[in-house]
Amino acid sequence: MIPVEFDYVKVTTIDQAIAALKAGGEDSKIISGGQSLVPVLRLRMAEPSVLVDCGAIDEMLGVREDGGSITIGAATTHHAVMSNPLVQKHALLLAQATATVADPAIRHRGTTGGALAHADPAGDVPAAALALDASFTIAGPGGRRTVAAKDFFLDYFTTAVGPDEILVSFSIPKCDWGSHYAKFNRTAQAWAIVGVAAVVNVEGGVIKEARIGLTNMAPTAVRASTVEAALVGASSAADITAAAMHAADGTRATSDLHAKADYREHLARVITARAVRAASGI
Amino acid sequence: MTAALDTDTALGKPIRRKEDAHLLHGQTNWTDNIQLPGTVHMAILRSPMAHAKITKLDVSGALKQPGVVAAYGAKELGELNGGVPCVWPVTDDIKMPAFPALAIDKVRQVGDCVAVVLATSVAAAVDALDAIEVSYEALPAVTDMEAALTSGSALVHDEIETNACYVYKMPCGDYEASRAKADVVVARRFINQRLIPTFMEPRSVVAAPMGMSDEITIWSSTQIPHILRVLLALVTGIPENNLRVVAPDVGGGFGGKLQCYREEILVTNLAKKLGRPVKWTETRSENMVATHHGRDQIQDIEIAATKDGKILGLKVTLLANMGAYLQIITPGVPLLGMFMYPAIYKMDSYDFTCTGVFTNKTPTDAYRGAGRPEATYAIERIIDELAAEIGMEPMELRKKNWITHEEFPYTTVAGLTYDTGNYEAATEKALAMFDYDGLRAEQARRRASGDPVQLGIGISTFTEMCGLAPSRTLGALKYVAGGWEHCTVRALPTGKIEVVTGTSPHGQGHETAWSQIASSILGVPVEDIEVIHSDTGRSPYGMDTYGSRSLAVGGQAIKAASERLVEKARVIAAHQLECSASDLEFINGSFHVKGDPSKSQALGAVAFEAFTAHNLPPGVEPTLQAEATIDPEDFSYPHGTHLAAMEVDTETGQVKLRKYVCVDDVGIQVNPMIVEGQVHGGVAQGIAQALFEGAEYDEDGNLLTASLADYLIPSAADLPSFDTGTTVTPSTSHPLGTKGVGEAGAIASTPAIINGIVDALRHLGVTDVAMPASPQTVWRTIQAAKAGAK
Ligand SMILES: Cc1cc2nc3c(=O)[nH]c(=O)nc-3n(C[C@H](O)[C@H](O)[C@H](O)COP(=O)(O)OP(=O)(O)OC[C@H]3O[C@@H](n4cnc5c(N)ncnc54)[C@H](O)[C@@H]3O)c2cc1C
Repeated sequence: MIPVEFDYVKVTTIDQAIAALKAGGEDSKIISGGQSLVPVLRLRMAEPSVLVDCGAIDEMLGVREDGGSITIGAATTHHAVMSNPLVQKHALLLAQATATVADPAIRHRGTTGGALAHADPAGDVPAAALALDASFTIAGPGGRRTVAAKDFFLDYFTTAVGPDEILVSFSIPKCDWGSHYAKFNRTAQAWAIVGVAAVVNVEGGVIKEARIGLTNMAPTAVRASTVEAALVGASSAADITAAAMHAADGTRATSDLHAKADYREHLARVITARAVRAASGI
Repeated sequence: MTAALDTDTALGKPIRRKEDAHLLHGQTNWTDNIQLPGTVHMAILRSPMAHAKITKLDVSGALKQPGVVAAYGAKELGELNGGVPCVWPVTDDIKMPAFPALAIDKVRQVGDCVAVVLATSVAAAVDALDAIEVSYEALPAVTDMEAALTSGSALVHDEIETNACYVYKMPCGDYEASRAKADVVVARRFINQRLIPTFMEPRSVVAAPMGMSDEITIWSSTQIPHILRVLLALVTGIPENNLRVVAPDVGGGFGGKLQCYREEILVTNLAKKLGRPVKWTETRSENMVATHHGRDQIQDIEIAATKDGKILGLKVTLLANMGAYLQIITPGVPLLGMFMYPAIYKMDSYDFTCTGVFTNKTPTDAYRGAGRPEATYAIERIIDELAAEIGMEPMELRKKNWITHEEFPYTTVAGLTYDTGNYEAATEKALAMFDYDGLRAEQARRRASGDPVQLGIGISTFTEMCGLAPSRTLGALKYVAGGWEHCTVRALPTGKIEVVTGTSPHGQGHETAWSQIASSILGVPVEDIEVIHSDTGRSPYGMDTYGSRSLAVGGQAIKAASERLVEKARVIAAHQLECSASDLEFINGSFHVKGDPSKSQALGAVAFEAFTAHNLPPGVEPTLQAEATIDPEDFSYPHGTHLAAMEVDTETGQVKLRKYVCVDDVGIQVNPMIVEGQVHGGVAQGIAQALFEGAEYDEDGNLLTASLADYLIPSAADLPSFDTGTTVTPSTSHPLGTKGVGEAGAIASTPAIINGIVDALRHLGVTDVAMPASPQTVWRTIQAAKAGAK
């Protein structure tokens, strides 16, 4: 379909973006790559009066090293993120998850920050951001604030970014643990039925620590904390499989056309074991 | 790959397709690209309800919106609200409810057209839909075929007092006697799910009064410009001679554009009424609900056999979902399958019954294979089940029962006479390409070790009937048209050739293949031949493209017309060369006097003589052209052996197609590269039915798989590279020796995939897997089998 008529503003600074959002009032929205927003507009599920394009704000583009972290501008495309050497070196899990998003055309337009701000429970990036303990820089009329990953994803398509705010960037503490993103879906371009993002610290064949994010097992991406705790000290495939039996604990999986909740829970257990084994090499 | 053009033998070469350069360079002329001055754009208000009374409809609000030129509901449209035609009333007592383009008082499917707005831009038309006031009173939706047939069910059409559209029976031999003699009877219910023919280019139609005459030209993304012209004339009352239908570049159809759609009727009538061009292009969301669907049959099949594997008889009882209305050949699709359940097997009896059922869903109609994929699926699945039941290798069971190559021509229990075939040769070649024995050994190893990933081998030894069709056979089946095809071949004064065909390609490569046929007969290079098609103004006669008929039927017409042209040219050349026509040999495009190599005349020179007409023999008319209209002697019966190696992850239910081998016998191949392309596309589509696609509705009749996010179609990334091979057993009932290939892959591959999955899991107690075999479905099937085994 055709979206309802809207105004379009392209800005070059954060301040201009905030001002434009304010001027547009309640109905204003940021557009980044448009890969989630435009389908919503075309289906007329949203009817914003003005779209503010942040794709030309320098600060929101690219990846840079910040001491012990790397910082990724929110408007950096999926493709630029996954092929960035800093990301591949210090946040490989993010590159692995991003590489499973949609197809190359969409990854060249869609942005990782857009995906995080959109917070689709089936999106692949949020689980990786959770497992990597990312933190988010948000700018608004009252200035800037930083929000930890655990406080960022609030509900279906809802994050800590307010309607008058912008996600500027997100930072990831450098992580050289083994990592793997396992996406379970039906066709190459399909969304995840379940996804598991795992980073695992192995010393001498024994798991010291593991952080696991789950995709599409709740209204937001969630950490599989029971599994994380149970994995400490694991040193065999059987240990990992046993720990992964807790993968659905505390989740709130939904039922849809591709999977009912019980099957999602089963998959979470199987796929978590596989992801942890791939990440840990055990 | 490129052709070294050896004009005498262009036939059979893998020449690159002439039509591809313009497709690849973005020079295509899609209907939606057509921009005529003064065009108004049509937007459609569609029903969000599956079954409801329209309690209020007021379009006047839309008229006040910017850019709006007109708005109509059924009441305002009156006489111009034409009915969608059905041309295949399969029985004398078939129920054929009215199908007005705009719903009158009631809607019967999500997507029914309720009102239209015409405006000066698409955006204005779409925006104005919001200003139409409409309210509905919901009625119970009929969504389940079996429930629909019970007394007390809500009715899709009150006036016909039943949801049964028709009951068709074809008893062949005495099935009950076969059953009584049998040691084993295996019965299964298969669900051949509903599919959406997801062609790439959405439907689009433009109609324009042509000003200088009463002519209305209609450009439509259709497979059937010729048939559409006749139907639009009948439906709209516009004289046929005033209608010209053009199918510009058409981006796929798969049967979904073999139709006379309500939107085509509306656009045509409104262009006439408003006196200006009207255009409509569907969105993908509209496409999912408003373009006809395919398949959707419940198949009860029963096979009776001896314990050593001799098939005695077959019984098939179908419920076929018509959807809410009958479209062009909705009722006939299951009958195209009716003849094919016995497939390649010999048996004494066959009993077929089909009940067509109305439901509050999108109408069904032809979709790649139309009836034959359903038949092939059921028979090839039940053969595997019979093999398991009697403990016989499934390929051995097939060999024991199939028609051997010495037995052709062979009249099957269903009454068809297959002209030729060699199932042994295709199977032998496929088994060798597949490494059948090696894979069986690996399967045994995985079973023994309890590998979580199990391996299965799926077989499909198929044949099908295509090349629609001998006109008298169609008449006997109550189809209201013929199945002939036409061709005119013209030699232009400069020696170039025009081949005017009645087929209407939408991706198949006719321009290349038809040039190859004409080139092989006329001795003119392929690049000097222009194929004219898909425009009733330039190619007035034809029955269009569907049912793998274009080469099988149209190819014969090209051959016959080309040969007639040569015969006319021979008379002229003989006159010029001062010899008798019988003294001339026609080699590589030139007439030579036998025994005198110095005396010859090229076809181009003859064409020029025919043009100037200065020196023609008495009684010979000027111009060099010939035509032929051919009614085929019989259907075409391609066959082949398809083998799939399926890996099933028993922990997740995820299925992986590891290897796919197929050997098809499509007779003589005009262009093997095009054949291979058709096989690849067809196989992919059949695999998609087995693994990915399936239109799902909720109990209220809402289409749940209403976008490509939920209706999954595979891309190249989801399929392995197929190993294709061919054997060549020329057809003897078609003068070129060719057979149809357009649907073969889609007909053959679906059962190969499901047989493979069941074969991988049979030791766990699995005897069937529903389609599409999604991971969840496969996983639940395994769980249920394990629970049953306990
Ligand atoms: C066919 C298809 C398949 C897809 N498959 C997948 C998949 O498998 N996995 C997956 O994870 N994703 C998938 N996606 C979504 C893709 O990842 C999108 O790129 C991403 O979700 C949104 O990024 P974007 O830059 O396009 O954001 P936009 O579409 O521009 O915006 C999305 C939302 O985020 C808001 N927003 C964007 N940027 C900011 C910001 N800086 N601050 C505040 N708010 C902001 C917008 O206002 C909007 O509400 C798919 C998309 C398509 C079209």
